[in-house]
Parts: sequence; structure tokens; C-alpha cells
Amino acid sequence: MTFEENLARLEAIAQSLERDDLPLEKALALFEEGITVLKGATAALSRAEAQVATLVERANGVLEVTHDGD
Amino acid sequence: MSAVAYPGTTPETALSIAALNNATKDVLEGAFEPLWVKGEVSKLTAHSNGHWYFTLKDARAQLSCVVWSRDIPRIPAKPDDGMSVTAFGQISMYPARGQVQFMVTKMEAEGEGLWRKAFEATRASLEKDGLLDPSRKRALPRYPRRVAMVTSLDGAALHDVRSVLARRDPTVELIAVGATVQGESAPASIVAALDRLVRWHDADPAHYVDTVIVGRGGGSREDLWCFNDERVARAIAACPIPTISAVGHEVDVTIADLVADLRAATPSAAAEAAVPVLDEVRADVAALGANMRDAVTAIMRDATSSVRQLSRVLALRAERSVERRRARVQELAARVDGLSPLSTLARGYAVARQRNGGALPSATGFRPGMEFDLQFRDGIITARTEAIALRDTAASTGTSV
Repeated sequence: MTFEENLARLEAIAQSLERDDLPLEKALALFEEGITVLKGATAALSRAEAQVATLVERANGVLEVTHDGD
Repeated sequence: MSAVAYPGTTPETALSIAALNNATKDVLEGAFEPLWVKGEVSKLTAHSNGHWYFTLKDARAQLSCVVWSRDIPRIPAKPDDGMSVTAFGQISMYPARGQVQFMVTKMEAEGEGLWRKAFEATRASLEKDGLLDPSRKRALPRYPRRVAMVTSLDGAALHDVRSVLARRDPTVELIAVGATVQGESAPASIVAALDRLVRWHDADPAHYVDTVIVGRGGGSREDLWCFNDERVARAIAACPIPTISAVGHEVDVTIADLVADLRAATPSAAAEAAVPVLDEVRADVAALGANMRDAVTAIMRDATSSVRQLSRVLALRAERSVERRRARVQELAARVDGLSPLSTLARGYAVARQRNGGALPSATGFRPGMEFDLQFRDGIITARTEAIALRDTAASTGTSV
């Protein structure tokens, strides 16, 4: 899942949890999933500063991303 | 010794026409630098040999003009007859016809008529294919983690986007995809760069690109013209990644702006639109987490309170049920007690019983000479039947001794 999809999932989980008709067991399973997604999203935001990369195509047609200084 | 005669000075040294026309051509081209001429276009023919022939004229004079096929791409659109234009070119001679002609390499119409004409033609072509339909515009991802930019690798645009991203969210990755963004090769180069990016994006889910910015910094009308190219427009429209067009400091809308999912006035503005500030993203993530926790806390609180309430109701019901049962037992005990023969005996009655057997509630149960017991409150008497006198009514249940 992309970061965007993770956040959309979190939103959906929070909304489901706010509904009244959710069985307790299902609510707890959703919450557990939400916590996992939340951890992943938080980790993505605290990663090191991303470098600027350049996409190049080699003579053999292979596409490569090279970072500055590579 | 005789003097050497210059060619053409005597009948004997007469020139060929070709030699004269070629000499005239050289003189004309040597005497005039390329220059701008203004006039009205007339009788323009796009010849099957690929060149354009037309006449430029004003009230007093006219001039034969040609645009060689190799120069045609530099002219935005074919001018209409009667259009007032300025043409840039070289005055020359066409030796085969002995005709002076102006070889045009650039042309502009008054009020940017040619640009507008080209723009409108491209717009109409895209519109016909539904590519300008507003419903085609996709929402940009709210939280991109990887942004690509198709532009010149050493242009100001890439630098600007890079600094905006570094300021707003340095954890967002920027992928630069190099393209030529001015001149005749620019459209094909931009199309190829977009194709490279899409192939890389599609090759692996780990290559996922959220948003692509296509653009360049400011420049002249001609410099920016590649962003009005139909091939570029179609490549942007076909891009599976949401697109932002960012043609620097361009007041007018470009064709690229019309097909992109979002139009930004400059590359910096595109970067601002593409990427939110990291602190805001963190706050959004934290808020989503808090919403979820609040919701679960509420669910748990509700569940706990309903369990408590339920147990109170159950306890109350159990208590009531026990009480009801106790009352019923007492009532039954009282009734059983009332029915017990012991209580009858206590009042002075006796019961006839078979020897070591059951009660004899009816006279019909006796036979003359039969021994039986009489049970009293305080003991048992052994008795013998002397005579039996049955009453007329068979329903009698009384017992007598």
C-alpha cells in the first residue's frame, strides 16, 4: 500500500469505529489493524531526508535511478 | 598583347543565363543580411514538394516568397490569405526562373494571429477526442511520497522545485526526468521523458510515483511553444500518474495546462501544490490515530457499561426468581401438608390399611374374615372384617369399621 492508501485506510477505520453497529470483536480487530498502519505511516514520515534522484535510460534500455554523487 | 576581356563585356564573352542569375543571387545574398519584412499574405500554396509558396504584398509592391519544408516546423501555423504578417528571411534569386524571391525562415502574424491559430487548431483536435473534458481531471494525491519532474536537468525549474520540496517536506523523494524543453526537438524529448517515467513507474510497485510535474522556467513565446505541442498534450493526457503543468511565468494558458490535472503558474507553485508541509502531514496522521483511539475508547466504555448494566439486571432478576421460587415452595409445602393423612389422623380419624399394604378407602376393598390394620394417630390396631354392608350408591368412598 502507498502512503496515500495507508492514510485513506486509517480514515476508513476511524469512520467504521465511529459507527454504532460494529460488533466488539470486529472493532478490536480494526483497531489493531489501524495501529499497524499508523506505525507504518509515522515511520514513513520520520525517514531520513530523501535525495534528489535522476531517472536515466541506459543504452540497453534499462531504466535506472541514480542519486547525486553516484 | 591584348587585354583580357571581363565576361560579358563583349559579345564574344557573353554569359550564360545561369551564370548571370547565379552571380545575381550571390550579389543579392551578399548585399542583404537576413531581415524582417512586413506585408499581407496572398496566394499561399502548400506545394506537394513540401515547400510553401506565397506572395507578400502591400498597396504598392509585391514579393515572391518561399518557406522551405525544413523551416515550416518553426512557423506555428499556415497563415491565411490576407493575414498581415512579418516574415524573417533572406532575399535571394531563383536562378531557374530568374525571379527574385524571399526565403522565409520565421513568420509572425499581427496580434499573435499565427500562434493563436496553431493553438486553436491543437485545442480543437484535443477537444474532439474528449481530452479537454473537465471530468478527466484527477485529484492530486494529498500525501505524495515521491514526485517526479520532467524538465531540463540543468534548468532553474528543477532547482526551484527541489528547494520548495526541501522546505515543505524533505522526506518526499524527487525524481528528475531530463528533457529538452525548448527548440524543435523539445516536444519529442518531453514525450520520451514521460514515457521513460511511466515505464519505470509501472515496472515495480516500489517505483510508485504519486505526482508528476511537467514544465520549465520562464522564456519567450517560442521557447515555451513546445508546451502547446499536440504530441506533448497527448502524452500528458495519457499519463497514468496525476500531472501538474508548470510553464514558468506564462500569463497565457498553454495546451499542456488544458490537459494536465492541475495547472500551476510556475514550477515553484507546482511544488507547493504537489506537496503539503511535513508538520501538517504529521498532524493529520496524529489526528487520524487520535480519532481511531477515541472511537475505540468510546466503544470499550459503552461495552463496559452495558456489561455492568446487564449484570445488575441479571442479579436483580436472579434475586426475584429465587424469591418467587421460595414463595412457591412454601405454598406447595402448605398444600402438601394439608393433604397429608397425618393431619387427618391428628384430628382423631383412623385409616384402614391392608396388612402391611396400602390404604383401604372403600368398603368394597374388604372381604368377610379379612384381617386389616387400623392406623391411628398414636398406633395401629389389628382388626378382622365381620360383615360388609354396602350402601346403595356405588359412589361411596367412605370406610367404616
